[in-house]
Amino acid sequence: MSGHSTYQPTSGFGKWMDARLPMARLMHDSFVSYPVPRNLNAFYTFGGILMLMLVSQIITGVVIAMHYTSDASTAFESVQLLRRDVSYGGLMQNWHAVGASFFFIAVYLHIARGMYYGSYKAPREVLWILGVIIYLLMMATAFMGYVLPWGQMSYWGAQVITNFFSAIPLVGDTVREYLLGGYSVGNATLNRFFSLHYLLPFMIAGIAILHVWALHVTGQTNPTGVEVKSKQDVIPFTPYATIKDAMALVIFFAVMAYFVFFLPDYLGHADNYIEANPLVTPAHIVPEWYFLPFYAVLRAIDFNIVIPFTDIVLIDSKLGGVLAMFGAIAILFFLPWLDTSDVRSGNYRPLFRIAFAIFVINAIFLGYLGSRPAEGIWVPLMKASTLVYFAYFIPILPLLGWIEKPLPRPASIMDAVMEKSQDEGAAHIEGSAAEPNTKG
Amino acid sequence: MAETSNIDGHGHDGENRRDFLYLATGAAGAVAVGGIIWPLVSQLAPNAREEAAGAPVQLNVSAVEPGMVITVVWRGGPYFVRHLTDEELELAADAPEDIFRDFAPLAARTGGPGVQPVDETATADENGAGATGGKIGRWAVMSANCTHLGCVPTEVDTGLDGWVCPCHGSKFDITGRVTKGPAPTNLPLPPFNFASEDILVIGADA
Ligand code: HEM
Ligand code: FES
Repeated sequence: MSGHSTYQPTSGFGKWMDARLPMARLMHDSFVSYPVPRNLNAFYTFGGILMLMLVSQIITGVVIAMHYTSDASTAFESVQLLRRDVSYGGLMQNWHAVGASFFFIAVYLHIARGMYYGSYKAPREVLWILGVIIYLLMMATAFMGYVLPWGQMSYWGAQVITNFFSAIPLVGDTVREYLLGGYSVGNATLNRFFSLHYLLPFMIAGIAILHVWALHVTGQTNPTGVEVKSKQDVIPFTPYATIKDAMALVIFFAVMAYFVFFLPDYLGHADNYIEANPLVTPAHIVPEWYFLPFYAVLRAIDFNIVIPFTDIVLIDSKLGGVLAMFGAIAILFFLPWLDTSDVRSGNYRPLFRIAFAIFVINAIFLGYLGSRPAEGIWVPLMKASTLVYFAYFIPILPLLGWIEKPLPRPASIMDAVMEKSQDEGAAHIEGSAAEPNTKG
Repeated sequence: MAETSNIDGHGHDGENRRDFLYLATGAAGAVAVGGIIWPLVSQLAPNAREEAAGAPVQLNVSAVEPGMVITVVWRGGPYFVRHLTDEELELAADAPEDIFRDFAPLAARTGGPGVQPVDETATADENGAGATGGKIGRWAVMSANCTHLGCVPTEVDTGLDGWVCPCHGSKFDITGRVTKGPAPTNLPLPPFNFASEDILVIGADA
């Protein structure tokens, strides 16, 4: 994809450096002359936004870590002190906490883009899997970060989530003790979580580099799903994509800044302003919003799975819930092979579009259910919604590839662009032959 | 013959000195990697001070009247100590077995002084009826971390119902036996005994 390097060092130092460590050449080839499809829309800006969010979390994180103590007796106090008594400490803390939420908003939109435009399909499976790994690391990082301020939600979130591991048959309790460094969540737990919370973002940065490398090997998808075929289909990254990404970034950060300045606690929980108390669980514990759909899946399984017609319990309710929850994430790894259609973009798949719309609405509903107590009508709704979630992956996606009759696709990206401007009456270009329509 | 083949590394039966060296190097390497990983994993375990905090705790329960519940801390975790009333004991004894997910007889769930008429048929559950010897006691002592994911259940106190877990809705009877929700097992019993009428020891059997 990258083709020949067009980098021309001009200064003497540039030439000297280029013969020794051609870093400027790498940057030029990756972010200046790098060709991108000419028809990318706004949903393709979230990758750049995510890169900047990671940088933003690392900068604010390193700064607030200078004021933070990871001792269970002083951690809560140190964060309150940071917020009130450190110059701009409140801003930095809010930026970091709100930033985590916006990081997830961006990643969910980025993932949804990939699912709709079939970005996970060949030859981009490895690119997709690296993305899912980043998502997993982000969840681990955010979970451990949320424990650090040592409020009630921090403590009980840690208690509930580390208990997932005690569901493992036979060795579960030992695994949990090794995870916590004690018999319950305590000082040892807080210390190791701080150490890992500091480490993981740098691992994310490492995987993100591999992610971009894989992207630059295969090139980007685009809303038509038709691969780049000629020079006509692409435009150089700079200035075209750079300026579009910058525009999206400004809007994204403006919205985020509004939350940082005016609604810093909107996405959090009031209970986290009460110091951790191992003796009292808050009346209504809920994880951060970005974990809610999975929390609903966890709670949907409140029954034992038994061997039919006997009382022998195969998987008890606790293990079942944990398996379903991890399964809901793990299934993303298999998406490239579950979707059997060879039409990439959802734009040309009428049935898929309906299934995808239902999937998105259901995922949001699942998140809403995650915030509801596990009682009354909510429990059957959680079960139904969990079923719909999994049904999208199995059997709907594999089946759609066989039964769906896709719409005709344009012959090339350029054709699609021209056809669109033709429809809008801006230009009139003849001869856009449709790509032959093979089995979908 | 044998000498020459040894020199150029070809032994009998397809074995030679190089194979041996590979094996030896591989084995030494595996031991070295194991030797590095072992301490790295081992340091994750609860440290000696955490373990020491697991020593038994003693408390005077003379002020805990029948019907009252207190929460005590042992090994960093909360435990409920419930002094059962006569009515509660009766309710718990009469409750039909099939409402419980993980049925255990009352004698296996209670202990301590003020023992009721002996129920000789009930056998002590290995769960820790060490304190009762198969007799129904007035005291229910149990872990206060829900067996689902570890939240502290809140007291409800209506008839047989003892606790409901705020996290995912598991319900437990007054002796900590699970009746509803995702919790798979009863609230675990710590080892405990009564050093005297009033002194409860949590963390050690009689
Ligand atoms: C992937 C990037 C990161 C994410 C998603 C993330 C997420 C979080 C979250 C959700 C919190 C809890 C905030 C609250 O509710 O108050 C937190 C706290 C914290 N994080 Fe991060 N973080 C990231 C990177 C970092 C880095 C790189 C550092 C340090 C070098 C760091 C240091 C801290 C500290 C000291 C706290 C505790 C103070 C507080 O609660 O605000 N974080 N993080
Ligand atoms: S932790 Fe008690 S029901 Fe889940």
